[in-house]
Amino acid sequence: MKPPDRILLAHGGGGRLTQELVRELFLPALSNPALKVLSDSAILPELPPGRPALTTDAFVVDPPVFPGGDLGYLSVCGTVNDLAVAGATPVALTWALVLEEGLELDLLRMFVAGAARAAAEAGVSIVAGDTKVVPRGKGDRAYVTAAGLGVVPPGRDLGDHRIAAGDAVLVSGPLGDHGATVMACRHKLEGRGLRSDCAPLAGLVAALLASGADVHAMHDPTRGGLATTCNEVASRSGLRVVLEQGAVPVRPEVLGVCEVLGLDPLYVACEGRVVAFVATGDADRALQVLRDHPLGQGAARVGRVSERGRGEAPVVLRTLYKTERALDLLAGAELPRIC
Amino acid sequence: MSAMAPYGDPAAVAAFAARVARSAEKLQRRVTLMEVCGTHTHAIAAAGLRRLLPEWVRLIAGPGCPVCVTPVGYVDRAEALARIPGTIVTTFGDLMRVPSSGGSLERVRAEGADVRVVYSPRDALQIARDNPGSTVVFLAVGFETTTPTVAGALAEAEADRVPNFLILSGHKIMPPPMRALARDPEVLVDAFLLPGHVSVIVGSRAFAFVAEEFAIPAAVIGFTPTDVMRGVEALVECLAEGKAEVINLYSRVVKEEGNAIAQALVDRFFVSADVVWRGLGTIPGSGLALRPRFAQRDASLVEVELPEPLEPAGCRCGEILKGVIDPPECPLFDGICTPITPVGACMVSSEGTCAAWYRHERFAGGSDGPGGGG
Repeated sequence: MKPPDRILLAHGGGGRLTQELVRELFLPALSNPALKVLSDSAILPELPPGRPALTTDAFVVDPPVFPGGDLGYLSVCGTVNDLAVAGATPVALTWALVLEEGLELDLLRMFVAGAARAAAEAGVSIVAGDTKVVPRGKGDRAYVTAAGLGVVPPGRDLGDHRIAAGDAVLVSGPLGDHGATVMACRHKLEGRGLRSDCAPLAGLVAALLASGADVHAMHDPTRGGLATTCNEVASRSGLRVVLEQGAVPVRPEVLGVCEVLGLDPLYVACEGRVVAFVATGDADRALQVLRDHPLGQGAARVGRVSERGRGEAPVVLRTLYKTERALDLLAGAELPRIC
Repeated sequence: MSAMAPYGDPAAVAAFAARVARSAEKLQRRVTLMEVCGTHTHAIAAAGLRRLLPEWVRLIAGPGCPVCVTPVGYVDRAEALARIPGTIVTTFGDLMRVPSSGGSLERVRAEGADVRVVYSPRDALQIARDNPGSTVVFLAVGFETTTPTVAGALAEAEADRVPNFLILSGHKIMPPPMRALARDPEVLVDAFLLPGHVSVIVGSRAFAFVAEEFAIPAAVIGFTPTDVMRGVEALVECLAEGKAEVINLYSRVVKEEGNAIAQALVDRFFVSADVVWRGLGTIPGSGLALRPRFAQRDASLVEVELPEPLEPAGCRCGEILKGVIDPPECPLFDGICTPITPVGACMVSSEGTCAAWYRHERFAGGSDGPGGGG
């Protein structure tokens, strides 16, 4: 049997092999007018009216392929979602790869296909890219950095400065699917039904905003999960977020993984969920709009924002037992427990 | 209903809370119940159970978090081993950030040592198989629940002749410190919530002495909020009636005699030893050392240069482990000592009393909830 084709150092050298990679692998998958010029910079058409939004993100997921996604798909989703939750309509992405010498070309093809699929789903083009190769052992298969450009339409103002006491906290679906899936893969746990929620949220967010519901702010609860997102919001707004444990949707299989690994699902990452802070009078309508969208069927109202008194915890969980406990920021990566 | 529900039954918890309140009325004094399992500490804090108890019933955490009772000297030795070229140190994640005399394993790793987090001793054994040219040391820390898994990995290493798999035993057993606490006049414990998983291995009989010798009632319990509240209810009832017995409320998995296979496996490799508990000092027969027959797998016999163990100044982990004070009474708590800058081990593991308080109880109605505080 022929050994699999692999990435060589020369693929990052800028010479013939680099060009081959671009023409045979990247261009067919990602083709668009701005990219195919292959110039030093992509020149875009004029932007629609509004304020430009710019974001960047690095992706180092281990393992790079998991149920529900892969490094390429994840990287485009993550970048699109950062734009979407800021209220920006995604316009263009850049996508750069750092590959480890020896990476199987089939894996690279999978990442490129994943990126192309996510871009198509989000209605955005990847207009510029770069590839570098590092010697074997100097990297872990593949890393991606992406940047995203979007436009916030005139008159739209979303952000934590608009969050007010009384706002409802909505989530667009069950929490922790992505983090639990990746952790289960990493630790070789059987996880029947586990699947990352990784998805581009531009469409879901557009539907929510188009409904006219008074959305004050949105976030994507990635690293650190819902609890961390709420802590950041509480810290920036000076308000208090109260979550209802009984209302927080978590799949049983995710709870199972968390139980085994000693993790709290409120701190586990999502890659295809939005947390929305909505004026209380519009909460029911916003929830219905989310549920009517294929990516928001499991949406739920999970808490509310209130004033924060002196000495009160910024984020509080009302447990199933009608007690309250503070939800703090994690000290670092959540540590596995011993017994 | 939320998917969180399977892990607890709010109606049952409320019913037990009401019964605790009724039983407590019969008590003529404030009573203190000590849990000696870190998973219980975590479960109690995570569900906020202290706030469901009447003022007369106080729950405190004893020395049940294996990381928290691991002495500084152990971490110093682990660091020294990690610095030996050609050595891979493998550990459960909790130990990574425990402060040593001069740093932590996390820092030693950043300096270039090969320290890897594993979820099981068998993962460490696999690393030894994959790296025949290196010495792989597993930091064997934990109570009776963890020891059989380490013994299992050792048995596999013996059978498959994996010579480069060593362990640094920091294993401890639970009954001796409980005896020490029961004897300690400083510690005022009226009843014990006994560790469910430890009891699966050693059997509920291993704790009979608590009632027989010290007239302290105790209950073996599971780990859901319902299990804990049921145990509290049973113990408050015992105290109200003046009865001292060991009750097994986790009989779905705990037998009186324990798990004989696990016990035999542990016995093949380990022998009782007098060891140091952080904050409690040396307790006779409270640890497990590798039998001399397996000296070639004993990383405590590897010669290394060790610093003079430096316990952090002002840290009151010892009194917290004994339940003499609650974390907010330590001058370092929530100022100098936080989960990001832990001074004492109790602040590191999520099972540690201080970390559990910091994360879950810090803001609850002042410095503590009803039933907490000293």
